[in-house]
Amino acid sequence: MSFKLWRFKGGLPSLAKGKKTASSLAIQTAPIPEELIYPLTQHIGQAAVATVKVGDRVLRGQLIAKAEGFVSAPIHAASSGVVSEIAERQIPHPSGLKGLCICIKTDGLDEELPASPIADFRTLEAAEIVNIVREAGLVGLGGAAFPTAVKLGIKSDAQIKMLIINAAECEPYISCDDRLLKERAEKIIQGVEILLYLLKPEQAVIALEDHATETYQVIKTALDENANSAIQAVQIPTIYPTGSEKQLIKTLTGQEVPQGKIPADIGLVSLNVGTTYAVQQAVVEGKPLTSRITTVTGEGITTPRNLEVRIGTPMSKLVAFCDGYTENAERIIMGGPMMGVALTDDAIPVVKATNCLLVPTKKEVVLEKQAMPCIRCGQCASVCPASLLPQQMYWYSRSDQLDKAESYNVFDCIECGSCDVVCPSHIPLVQHFRYAKTAIKARNAEKQQSSHARDRFEAREERLAKEKAERAERSRLKRERLKNKAAKAEIAGSVERSNEKRQAKEPAEPLKPVAKEP
Amino acid sequence: MQFSTSNSPFLAPQNSVQKMMLWVLVALIPGTVAMFLIFGYGVLFNIVIAVITAIVAESAMLALRGRPIVASLSDLSAIVTAILLALALPTLAPWWIPFIGVAIAIIIAKHLYGGLGYNPFNPAMIGFAVLLVSFPQQMTVWLIPESLQVTQLSFIDSLRLFAELPIANGQIVDAITAATPLDEVKTRLGLTETVAEISQQDFMGRFAGAGWEWVSLMYLVGGLFLIYKKVISWHIPVGLLGGLFIISGFFYLLEPGSTASPLFQLFSGGAMLGAFFIATDPVTAATTIKGRVIYGVLIGIITYVIRVWGGYPDGIAFAVIIMNMAVPMIDYYTQPRVYGHKG
Repeated sequence: MSFKLWRFKGGLPSLAKGKKTASSLAIQTAPIPEELIYPLTQHIGQAAVATVKVGDRVLRGQLIAKAEGFVSAPIHAASSGVVSEIAERQIPHPSGLKGLCICIKTDGLDEELPASPIADFRTLEAAEIVNIVREAGLVGLGGAAFPTAVKLGIKSDAQIKMLIINAAECEPYISCDDRLLKERAEKIIQGVEILLYLLKPEQAVIALEDHATETYQVIKTALDENANSAIQAVQIPTIYPTGSEKQLIKTLTGQEVPQGKIPADIGLVSLNVGTTYAVQQAVVEGKPLTSRITTVTGEGITTPRNLEVRIGTPMSKLVAFCDGYTENAERIIMGGPMMGVALTDDAIPVVKATNCLLVPTKKEVVLEKQAMPCIRCGQCASVCPASLLPQQMYWYSRSDQLDKAESYNVFDCIECGSCDVVCPSHIPLVQHFRYAKTAIKARNAEKQQSSHARDRFEAREERLAKEKAERAERSRLKRERLKNKAAKAEIAGSVERSNEKRQAKEPAEPLKPVAKEP
Repeated sequence: MQFSTSNSPFLAPQNSVQKMMLWVLVALIPGTVAMFLIFGYGVLFNIVIAVITAIVAESAMLALRGRPIVASLSDLSAIVTAILLALALPTLAPWWIPFIGVAIAIIIAKHLYGGLGYNPFNPAMIGFAVLLVSFPQQMTVWLIPESLQVTQLSFIDSLRLFAELPIANGQIVDAITAATPLDEVKTRLGLTETVAEISQQDFMGRFAGAGWEWVSLMYLVGGLFLIYKKVISWHIPVGLLGGLFIISGFFYLLEPGSTASPLFQLFSGGAMLGAFFIATDPVTAATTIKGRVIYGVLIGIITYVIRVWGGYPDGIAFAVIIMNMAVPMIDYYTQPRVYGHKG
């Protein structure tokens, strides 16, 4: 079956080719570490709130932190043990920040909460499925970590036409989705069927890059056996960043997600293939999200491979399981080489978003770029998948002309890094755009704050002025009444009346001072 | 284990300014060789003096501005400017012509505006324009292509002329110099000669000026190579040559007897060098796709206007400078539609 494809603007062809060394080995399960560490913020939205205390014994699959608010996700323990600490620990963050974490000393027994599998998911209501997904703590496993239940539960006016299962791992090195698809195709297809049942789109498309021919054959065979004509696998050209949601949507449908809208508004829902697998696990097998597939790779790793990892495992344990670092390990990066985050320490745990642990050597990564002046060659603009003008945004970002940077749509930048890689002047463009975005956000927050403060001040001034005016009005009225003769007479009358009353109560003879007899 | 960090993307850049400039220099080789074969040693002298001047002027300005000298010099941009200007100069020019031209290009047009990346005007063309306005005599006298010469200049004689030293038979200089075909055609058309008559003249070749057409063809070859190597995009050259072709074609169709053909316009003077190597200078050209086409087309049209109705033999330099001024406006009004935004 042929499938019409479109070409999104820009991008870097062939970036991912030949850099998927980890994909040749089968997924192995990483061992249980002595300590599991759970940052309470490991998804987009509000931090989860701990529901366990230090000293509590927990089992695998047990809730340890509950979602707080609508956009949030609960967290579950990945093995049995005792909560040893709830304290600030280093979290995966570009600035090496610390965050509140629940730490569990594991006991090695790996006791599990009894799961509650469901024989036929078609007996469930749509809302029930969304609820299961929410309770299971599912977030987008492609790296964005947006709570899946929010995505699935959103009511949009548009009827969902197409469900997109994103298996286009466009970044070099990352192969966790590829391996998962290859090894667990049936379960993923079942996950797709759950989503079909839930969202009722006309069709579902599993999109993968055309270099993954083997995986394509596997999924095609599995689909043929499944014989669900609504699902099909589609090979798309290997062009970075085709795995980015917006670019993938353009590739598959020719449509663009309008500015400020979400895919559901144009009848599309896209889910990462790992997330789809997690949906199947949660709905059919009743298992909350406690593990994921992570690619451990780079020339700094002795045996690059994909691992099934308990979320919360310190990264150093994964490296050790992959036979340790090679001599020249230079960086430890969570995510890929284009959009990943370099970490300061390998004691940082794997979180839900950790799709890859990249340990490159000196020759694989750029250590220091000597930025030269921009020569306005425009290569950045020609590769920008969002059709931005990076050189103009750079010009205004670096001179702090933030309004201008904003008017050149710096917020539409998806930080894919394509412009950086082609820039002949070696300017760290994305870094400039990150700066501009934060500076604009900070400025807007400040503006809002000061406008709040001004509003409060003005309201107070107004209130005081009003009170003053009212007081003035009251005393004016009083004075006026005093001036008024009738009022005077009235007052005189009332004085007289009160004197009379007093006289009536008192003895006839007015009191007189008693003269003392000498 | 602790690691040091940096920011994504971590992949090494695929390109460098130095590499781009190097490809430009490589692409200039066919044109330079053709210039040498057709116009003699002068072109080499011009290049040598221009490059030396550029290196000295660039180093001095970088030192004065407190910039890293080696890092900036090694981007090769000064050398590209020097060679482009040198190739645009008459091959019989005395040594101080390339010297002054390049000094003005590097010191005034480039560094006084902030150096590489900040200059609004194409430095080589500013240098050329200053020379053309200040020294019209030296700038408009060209050697006749060697194939047409009675006596050919020896290396020593060429060098002596370059150094403004007398040569043995000084009177031959007049015999081997002339205006450019572009200039000559304009003059003759002004004298109401017809195109048919002019094309019978010796100085005319197969489709443009004798010798000149081959030089232009070689620049075209080099330019296509640059497009193939993705150092430049096709938009400016196609716009420029297309603009020039369309306007000259229009007037040629109106008055075929007394107007030079579009082909003659494309392969004469600085059209090819300008289209592929000068107007494409990234710093001073428009940066958006649409903007580049507009920029190119307008340079082509202005060039024609200057060539036909202006006082100068060629119009590329002034057309480029005029359009440099329009670049900020062109870029502003030709921004591409951002993903998901309305058109």
